Amino acid sequence: MAITNGSSVDHATAKNRVVYSSFNLWSGFLFGLGFAAFVDEAIFHQLLHWHHFYDQSTTNAGLVSDGIFHAFSWFATVASLFMYANLRRRKGLWPKRWIGGAFLGTGSFQLYDGLIQHKVMKLHQIRYGVDLFVYDLVWNIIALILMAIGIYLLLRTRKISNKIKAER
Amino acid sequence: MQHSEHAERMAIEPLYLILLGAGWLLYVGAIFLSNKKRRPWPWFRTVFWSAGIISMALVLTGPLAAWSHTSFIAHMVGHLLLGMLAPLFMVLSAPMTLILRALNVDSARRLVFLLKSRPIFWLSHPVTAAILNVGGLYVLYTTDIYLAMHHNPLIELVVHAHVFFAGYLFTGAIIYIDPVAHRFSYLYRSVILIAALAGHGILSKYIYAYPPTGVPRGEAEAGGMLMYYGGDAIDLMLIVILCYHWYKATRPRLPEIGSEGAN
Repeated sequence: MAITNGSSVDHATAKNRVVYSSFNLWSGFLFGLGFAAFVDEAIFHQLLHWHHFYDQSTTNAGLVSDGIFHAFSWFATVASLFMYANLRRRKGLWPKRWIGGAFLGTGSFQLYDGLIQHKVMKLHQIRYGVDLFVYDLVWNIIALILMAIGIYLLLRTRKISNKIKAER
Repeated sequence: MQHSEHAERMAIEPLYLILLGAGWLLYVGAIFLSNKKRRPWPWFRTVFWSAGIISMALVLTGPLAAWSHTSFIAHMVGHLLLGMLAPLFMVLSAPMTLILRALNVDSARRLVFLLKSRPIFWLSHPVTAAILNVGGLYVLYTTDIYLAMHHNPLIELVVHAHVFFAGYLFTGAIIYIDPVAHRFSYLYRSVILIAALAGHGILSKYIYAYPPTGVPRGEAEAGGMLMYYGGDAIDLMLIVILCYHWYKATRPRLPEIGSEGAN
């Protein structure tokens, strides 16, 4: 019933999107976190074997941080998909805002992983036996770009949401 | 010395088998009583109970039990089965619901009264259950109890019993299949589940880095990784069930804005 492509959505859908605006953001954000953690695990740990399960220089804070982040992102992946289903069920899904949240979540996780977990807590490095500086730079710049795309989409949708609120 | 220990272990296996067999018969007997009074007990719950009993039997008897005395990897497979998978299967088989249906009204009422009591409330509180479950593992792997359980069948029995019952208590405190006297919110249980999952993951990497007494480094590394990823796999099922219940509980009850008939 709801028309979701482009800007031509019907009145009811637009209203629902405003009601569930932050729910869209959080569902996307949590999915982004989980997605980044999943890619990190599947590609960098399992396929490329660049990341190590444990590194002799890992600090205790690193072990705790990894444990909490790993558990939280695992939960977030599942929870965000149920939140997505809830948005569909309530006809409140706002794809652009949801994707904006997902970009912000993915970028934030990658930046935290790249700066705090890799560098400060020395959980493990991106790759071993290479010039790390280039890898660290590329890793964190990609993180910032992902976050910037997310913030751009979130600001755009917030403007639309404010406009709809003003029209009412 | 080595020989008598082996003989003692062989002697304890029939005891485990008798207990497990009795557990299975009790469940089937309760179905028989329940079905006389009410609509038939769902077959899939019997499958869950049987799967739980089989998982336990695999750990406590036979080749895996023997192997886990010499291999930390086999021991860890046993931990995942006995402490996580078997409890999950058994919680899903809703044994308390079945018992309440099988008992007469007076006995059922007395049982409910007991379940509502303070000690049971504190024991099955999500925080207590999580500490008993994950905390117990920290005690096992960071002290010499792990070494001791392989030389003393009585300590082994106590460790096995603790791992299973703490696992069951925790699983039952996180996902509600049986009736619960005092329910905790979905958010509360989610936070506890994440904390317990984190504790489990941290301990796995700790074992990888600092092998328990008597465990060779290579085996500790493989066992730690098995605990980390195996724990994730089983906890994924817990997460999905908890989120699904949450999703069902928050279904829209009133017509939403924009749905048919509301405009």
